[in-house]
Amino acid sequence: MYHQPGPRRPNKAAFSWDDHYVPEDFHEQLFELEREGELTVQRVPEPYIEVPVKYGRTKKVPVGHTWHHKSCGQCGHIPGYSTSIFWVHRKLGIDYVDPHDQTSCTAWNYYASATSNAAAQASVAVRNFAAAYETGYFPLIHCGTSFGHYKDVRKELLEHADLRAKVREVMAALGKPLVIPEEVVHYSEWFYAMRHEIAKLQVRDFSRIAVCVHPACHYHKIVEADAIYDPEIYGGQRTAIVTALVEALGGEVRDYSTWYDCCGFGFRHILVNRDFSRSFATQRKIERMMIEADPDVVVTHDTGCVTTLDKSQFAAKALKPEFATVPVISDAQFAALAMGAHPFLVCQLHWHAADYHPLLEKMGIDWERAWAQFEEATDKLRHGEKECLTWEDTNV
Amino acid sequence: MSPSATAATPALPEDPAFKLGPTYSEVPLAEKQRLFDAVRADERYPTYLHGCYECGICVGSCPSARYYDFSPRRIAQAATREDVELFYQQMVEDIWDCSQCFSCLRCPRGNNPGGVVTLMREVAVNNGLDSAKQAMKGYTRIIYKILSTGTQIAPDMLSAEAFPDWGPTVVQIADNLDIWRRALPPETLHTTSISWDVAEKTLLELYIIWDKTGALDVIADLDPDLHELLEEIMEDRLDEAGYER
Repeated sequence: MYHQPGPRRPNKAAFSWDDHYVPEDFHEQLFELEREGELTVQRVPEPYIEVPVKYGRTKKVPVGHTWHHKSCGQCGHIPGYSTSIFWVHRKLGIDYVDPHDQTSCTAWNYYASATSNAAAQASVAVRNFAAAYETGYFPLIHCGTSFGHYKDVRKELLEHADLRAKVREVMAALGKPLVIPEEVVHYSEWFYAMRHEIAKLQVRDFSRIAVCVHPACHYHKIVEADAIYDPEIYGGQRTAIVTALVEALGGEVRDYSTWYDCCGFGFRHILVNRDFSRSFATQRKIERMMIEADPDVVVTHDTGCVTTLDKSQFAAKALKPEFATVPVISDAQFAALAMGAHPFLVCQLHWHAADYHPLLEKMGIDWERAWAQFEEATDKLRHGEKECLTWEDTNV
Repeated sequence: MSPSATAATPALPEDPAFKLGPTYSEVPLAEKQRLFDAVRADERYPTYLHGCYECGICVGSCPSARYYDFSPRRIAQAATREDVELFYQQMVEDIWDCSQCFSCLRCPRGNNPGGVVTLMREVAVNNGLDSAKQAMKGYTRIIYKILSTGTQIAPDMLSAEAFPDWGPTVVQIADNLDIWRRALPPETLHTTSISWDVAEKTLLELYIIWDKTGALDVIADLDPDLHELLEEIMEDRLDEAGYER
């Protein structure tokens, strides 16, 4: 028997735990190693917001002065994801840096092909941390895999003196210190922390928008204690990320049975074994959501999840015409749309595959007019009147 | 002392602990043992494996288990039992099916079967196993991209030839790529062959990391041509910058 569509179900009990099951707080080891001169810790700048993570602990999320560690897949194939993160910051008047001095974390490749090693992975992470440290801005990680991988790298660096020594040697060749930030912060944690400030600037009514949330595996499964769990959301039984933001913006979160399943991305599969990714994404995720919850949109918070859940639907529909499609967007795009962002000039929805027009209509957005505005703006590029569009061009 | 120095004698092929009996008989047991020891020698290994309750919780949440003959429980079991025969078979047949989502981390014993798979893949790649070469078919262009440019995904990868199953949007993007990239407000994204604009100095620092950590050596056996190409690119750029290797 399938669950009936409707509001998310209450949990039977709030999450509780035995103390012996609680992993150690990494901060103690981090600051101890700093005292011993083994590494430098970049402190979270003030003002910050303390958010709840698992086991009753809190985590500091900086409000601003952030160094945006971009995502390969977001910037490359779904750029409205990145632009929405930046746009929301600008709308709230928060300063940030969008650096050129940043490389990929290279973890997508590592999880796909293993063509690397622990020292190389840790050195890439620390080089990026050091680049942020040099600017005085605090890293805010856009990619869920970068976030999970960096938490793992932090764990390895704290546990293994040999690895620290090797990374210090590499960093010395670059003229950089071994820096680890006080917190590894994912951008969606910033959206969680700022959700009430975002809601204050909301201009579109989302009370009729039904949402299924897909929490990203590398966000809440890798180093599970360092992810946002809020007693007010699902009794703290599962991560509150994305769900809390959607609810703060008035959306109706609907539950489905396969919420814990991954999206099917698979790292190598999405590139060279896509039959697996497609099958998993459509059969285990999209179909379950549509049958059990009938959402207007799927909202998630990682590169691979948006890509796989969105792009896989075309082939499923081609194979089976009755397959019901649903748009897939990031929490950043969802928030930006709530705050009045342009669906194409800012949110760049034309890079998405599943039909998003019914969603825009339900959000009260005249997408035909918006697309005409986008075409008018890009015509200026085609005719050489402008070299590129800027943030000022998004205010139409 | 390395873990391999204290390794228990591997179970004999006739041991009933073998689920399937010895396979790949053309590969000497000593070679299988060497590969197993190489995985076990990684300092992450002791934190990834603590025994196995055989409860199957990992399998229940594993996406690959639903679509392949793959089981994270068998990965944990083979490693825990030091069953080098099954372990080798998994290195040949199974490890590239793993999705690396780490759903298996919900293991009540605290195991990380996905992490063990990562280590097995590293050893498979480092030793140029045929399974690794097979798995990398069609993927080496990605390795080239990430190692040489510092970002993994390029906008110009989106083409109907590469992604025919992603629908007509891909064609529209490919047709309008230059304009649509210049229409993005952040100037870092005005790129078509790389995800974002990476500074020259940053790229050189990345090359130094690859050099210092032997990351390129990893693919020497896997794809000698790609290895040589990347070596040449990085050597030229580093030489120009006056970096002494």
